[in-house]
Amino acid sequence: MLSRVADSLYWMSRYLERAEHTARLIDVNLNLALELSPQAASGHWLRVVSSLRGPAFEGSQLRPFNVTEYLAFDTSNADSLVTCITLARENCRQVREQVSTEMWEHMNRLYLQVKRSNISGIWSAQPHEFFRAVREGAYLFHGIIDSTMSHGDGWHFIQLGRYIERAGATALLLDVHFAELERTLGKGPGAREFLQWVGLLRSCSAFEAYCQFYTADLRPQRIIEFLLLNSDFPRSVRYAVRMVGYCLRKIGSSNQSARASRAERISGRLRATLDYGQVDEIISDNLHSYLDNIRRQCWAIHMAVQQSYIAYSVEAALAS
Amino acid sequence: MPGALSANYYLDSTYDEMFEGPGQARPQYRALLQRILHLREEELAERQQTADLAFLNQGITFTVYGNEAGTEKIFPYDLLPRIITAKEWEVLEKGLAQRITALNLFLKDIYHEGKILKDRIVPFDLVFSCRHYRREMRGVRVRRDIYVSVTGTDLVRVNDGQFAVLEDNLRVPSGVSYMLANRQVMKRVFPRLFGSYNVRPIDEYGQALLQTLRALAPSQNIDPTIVLLTPGVYNSAYYEHTFLARQMGIELVEGRDLLVHDNVVYMRTTAGLRRVDVIYRRIDDDYIDPLVFRGESILGVAGLFNAYRAGNVALANAIGTGIADDKALYAYVPKIIKYYLDEDPVLANVETFLLSDSVERQHVLENLDKLVVKAVGESGGYGMLIGPHSTNGEREEFGRRIQADPRNYIAQPTLALSRAPCFIDGKIEPRHVDLRPYILYGDRVTIVPGGLTRVALRRGSLVVNSSQGGGSKDTWVLNE
Repeated sequence: MLSRVADSLYWMSRYLERAEHTARLIDVNLNLALELSPQAASGHWLRVVSSLRGPAFEGSQLRPFNVTEYLAFDTSNADSLVTCITLARENCRQVREQVSTEMWEHMNRLYLQVKRSNISGIWSAQPHEFFRAVREGAYLFHGIIDSTMSHGDGWHFIQLGRYIERAGATALLLDVHFAELERTLGKGPGAREFLQWVGLLRSCSAFEAYCQFYTADLRPQRIIEFLLLNSDFPRSVRYAVRMVGYCLRKIGSSNQSARASRAERISGRLRATLDYGQVDEIISDNLHSYLDNIRRQCWAIHMAVQQSYIAYSVEAALAS
Repeated sequence: MPGALSANYYLDSTYDEMFEGPGQARPQYRALLQRILHLREEELAERQQTADLAFLNQGITFTVYGNEAGTEKIFPYDLLPRIITAKEWEVLEKGLAQRITALNLFLKDIYHEGKILKDRIVPFDLVFSCRHYRREMRGVRVRRDIYVSVTGTDLVRVNDGQFAVLEDNLRVPSGVSYMLANRQVMKRVFPRLFGSYNVRPIDEYGQALLQTLRALAPSQNIDPTIVLLTPGVYNSAYYEHTFLARQMGIELVEGRDLLVHDNVVYMRTTAGLRRVDVIYRRIDDDYIDPLVFRGESILGVAGLFNAYRAGNVALANAIGTGIADDKALYAYVPKIIKYYLDEDPVLANVETFLLSDSVERQHVLENLDKLVVKAVGESGGYGMLIGPHSTNGEREEFGRRIQADPRNYIAQPTLALSRAPCFIDGKIEPRHVDLRPYILYGDRVTIVPGGLTRVALRRGSLVVNSSQGGGSKDTWVLNE
């Protein structure tokens, strides 16, 4: 597979995952903020913005309308939903011949739909409908990928992009909520905390899965355990990292590259820290630096993939 | 006439594709006419919408230059098919194969011995003054001596109903993906009508093209690596490049995916470097290798020409084929056919005045209001003057340009391109059309039965180019 093509598929998938994550976060929090006091709401929106890597907003600007506009429709925001969908579609277009017609048509339709929308339009109608459409668009896209594309290198690069993005985003989300959670560790939830925690779980589509696993007894330590270390929930960091490792092994073995081992080693090491991690130790040790480390390792994996498969030097390639 | 067939469906001396006379459809159009007469305007409009949506959702768009930052537009699709009978097609097929065979021999000759020049059939200076003549190609062996593997010849049908060649596009002709996409959409919007006609299929184009490219690979290589080289996503024909690569199952590469080492071309893959044997390039000569041609090009591959000259990679089409579709050289094609094949041309040329000739130039300058003047090196409908539709100022401007650089222009009579019924704003009206079939030349000449019928959508307009407000329609070649 061409390196450029692998790179485009990888980024297409990363941007789509980012867009879906953003849509979900906005949607969940718009709903949640309805029940918050104005004061609590502004702290709340601040967290939403920082968990999506946004800048510090002025306190007076922290209104749902402004924040939503910035996160969803601001084209000057490199991580906004519309930017991400545009870039996902652009990457898809760059490799039009590598993706199935169904994939491209769906991606194009999603793009056209997002491009047609604007903040005042969705605000006066139902914002929820818009964000749900984006999320479902992303789910559908992955469904189409799975059923119309060969599960070879290209597919693995798509999955790699998706899960590496997810591991990083979930780690950041936990990190931003960490201060709040830590303050209430060990305590039962008050009504206000309860809302926040439900919000966090819902932000990862994890509320129902959590309840099935631990019952509706919400405890911060369990929430961290679930979103970080659960082995079966597809949005937990551990699950995502395991998928990253799986994709790297598949890509490595089909390309038989001597340069491939670095990315696999880093991901294997990261996986081990999650596989054998204990939530109480992680918390008592330093949750923040633990989460920070996960994000740095994700970055290192990304760089190693670039060096092994995408931007390797010609000399190295001719030598091997 | 009832239904959407417009009361002002006008007929005059211009050849109409559907009607022989008022209310009198040609035999091959009768079933189609019946069908449209039974459809209400709204039903037709609905089908048009279905078709347009199919193009938009599939992203079948092209980029218009000169607009801000490359606007994507869908290529307007006309609902009604253009029908060509088996008999008409037989003549076209024969004529096109003859023409492409002769032009290939011509290219080989002028880049090697130059016999046709020495025999004074084609003037030396006409060839050497051509902007597309590539001195670098002198003496270069081209695999199988095939210079032009892919051609898209522009044909027009004039008043007597005969087809004539308007232009040979021998460099990087485009549009074939629209031919294929139009057919897909046609089958969706008029399934039963299509089924009732015995239309020859065109789906095998991708396979035929692959076969043609494979014929250029070194013979000892049973599994050659073939790639399609595109200028990238901002090129106006990018959709087509992706489409063809998919149809053939080959890699679509950009200049940055390729590199040359020791005169061998490689592409950069996730598994390391992989050798490339044949390149179907959709980049003009000028941009293909910055070391040999335009140095500022970032689309091409440095060192590609040397690898080509060393015979380590094949290019389709070869470099330097533009000389044979120079609009001034075009006037000599009948003689070229006679010279190499000793046959009379099956397809006629359009009468062409060479402005480097002082007598012809004088005639043209005096009759600018009746003629079409074209710059020899331009394509896509740019840089031309259509006399009858021009203003005094435009004619004066072209007169000056011709005087300043006569070699750069040719003139032709204003052709009455044939008209075909089109669905326009809810009515069926006649519009001028041309025809571009695609000719493949590998181990043999293959012409897929069909082509792109381009339509000048503006009433009375003769310019069919997509960049100038043209559209297209599906073209049916009948089995019998």
